[in-house]
Amino acid sequence: MSVTDAQLMTINIGPQHPSTHGVLRLIVQLDAEKVVSCTPDIGYLHRAIGKIAEGLTYEQFLPYTDRLDYLASFINNHGWCMASEKLFGIEPPRRAEYLRVLLSELARIESHLIWLGTHLLDLGAITPLFYCFREKEMIRDLFEEICGARMTHAFCRIGGVRDDVTPAFLPKVREFAALFPKAIREYESLITNNPIFRARTRGVGVISAEKAIDYGLSGPSLRGSGVKWDLRKAEPYAAYADLDFEIPVGERGDVYDRYLVRMEEMRQSLRLINQVAENLPAGPVLADAPQFLRPSKAEFHRNMQAMIRYFHITIHGACPPAGEVYAAVEGTKGEVGYYVVSDGGPKPIRVQLRGPSFVNLAALEEMAKGQYLADLVAIIGSIDIVLGEVDR
Amino acid sequence: MIPVQRDIGALLVGDLAERLPGAVRQLTHSCGECSLHVEPAHLTQVARFLKDEPSWRFTFLANLSPVDWLSRTPRFEVVYHLRSLEFNYRIALKVDVPDQTLSLPSLTGIWRAANWLEREAYDLFGVRFAGHPDLRRIMLPDDWEGHPYRRDYPLAGRAAQ
Repeated sequence: MSVTDAQLMTINIGPQHPSTHGVLRLIVQLDAEKVVSCTPDIGYLHRAIGKIAEGLTYEQFLPYTDRLDYLASFINNHGWCMASEKLFGIEPPRRAEYLRVLLSELARIESHLIWLGTHLLDLGAITPLFYCFREKEMIRDLFEEICGARMTHAFCRIGGVRDDVTPAFLPKVREFAALFPKAIREYESLITNNPIFRARTRGVGVISAEKAIDYGLSGPSLRGSGVKWDLRKAEPYAAYADLDFEIPVGERGDVYDRYLVRMEEMRQSLRLINQVAENLPAGPVLADAPQFLRPSKAEFHRNMQAMIRYFHITIHGACPPAGEVYAAVEGTKGEVGYYVVSDGGPKPIRVQLRGPSFVNLAALEEMAKGQYLADLVAIIGSIDIVLGEVDR
Repeated sequence: MIPVQRDIGALLVGDLAERLPGAVRQLTHSCGECSLHVEPAHLTQVARFLKDEPSWRFTFLANLSPVDWLSRTPRFEVVYHLRSLEFNYRIALKVDVPDQTLSLPSLTGIWRAANWLEREAYDLFGVRFAGHPDLRRIMLPDDWEGHPYRRDYPLAGRAAQ
């Protein structure tokens, strides 16, 4: 028996609802308990970040990128710095590249932990949240140790990273790395074979590999459908080419597979962290490009020319040659891309931010169709969106 | 995974010249990446070719971005960033938006990812996409006036009553 539109019920979820992970509004049409259509309504957090970029120098725009995916702000910073470096033609030093990997992977684990805790909370399991946040706090402490901020670090710099490590940083990283495998085992013993969790997630929110690519899904949401695609391998940037790690993929493309992929990704991130912590090359952490980058404070106090340059770059900004670049890094949610167009002036004339959460969210409609309303929250959780990045 | 191949522009242009003569206007390079400029009238055909051709398979639309050149004619340009996951190719497809219509054919029938990306471009730049199934504003309220990412959009002040 077919159902006419009059028999469908339209309900509104959000924009203020705990299970939508921010200000996301969904207009859902229901046939009894089943979702017939699900239309996201976004933009509640739109700040026109791309427009703001047109009024700022490349360096000044950096802290704004923190506010995209604020759970892994270092990765956003890194993407912006990579795009700018390509425009300016700056090569960051080796040590900085390794530190970028280390911090990106710490951010990845942190973001995945927050995803795991809140995702399980949506499904009715309260305990994992406390376990996940316990380890998440350790990572925040590590960031605080190296840059003083726990969130929105703005620690990456065009040409490297802001500071070298503090003496206490690497020992603390090792301490965390020694403890974390046990923590993952703990989460998995709670969740992976939990019959309620499996019943809520197996076969729910399925998207095929072909459709996932068509929708432009990236990150764990794409890999959960069995597509082995990761920018860290496909276009190795920073120091990823030198390091060993695997790309986990799922098979069925359901909520459970996306869970498994993220759990394994945390292990792989830990592998990367261990490798960097043991083999951090010596040397400077900022490139030497006096034409574009400000001299150090020590240089500033010693050298008149350096002082002039310092003020000049601070006030006017550094000018890259005219051109354009699309640079992308593998964020925690997928491809974090920056398309930047320069006309040779100190400010970009166009910045387009490719937020993986925005593109991934468009596939929600496809994943939710024909599912139960109660499973909708499981599906939203499994796409792992951050509204700062959806709305930009 | 196959290492990324960036220098595919000349090959691709040759292939396209054979299959769709007159579609490609020029090939440009910036920061080690190539951009293919195509004629608006051929956009759909080129996109279809890039996606379906077995030796290219650009199945992944990574990004869509209008650029407002303000003083140039035609004023707007739309850039599509495509990836071939199979061969690890990457290319930017560029097309000028005709000034008279401010409209391009929608590519939602080729890549579903284009749906929201085109809506965003329409919302913020006012570039229309003919044949889009649901061309509504996506970020701003439906009754918003103007398109704020245009470079002549006022940054301060109130609209005249």
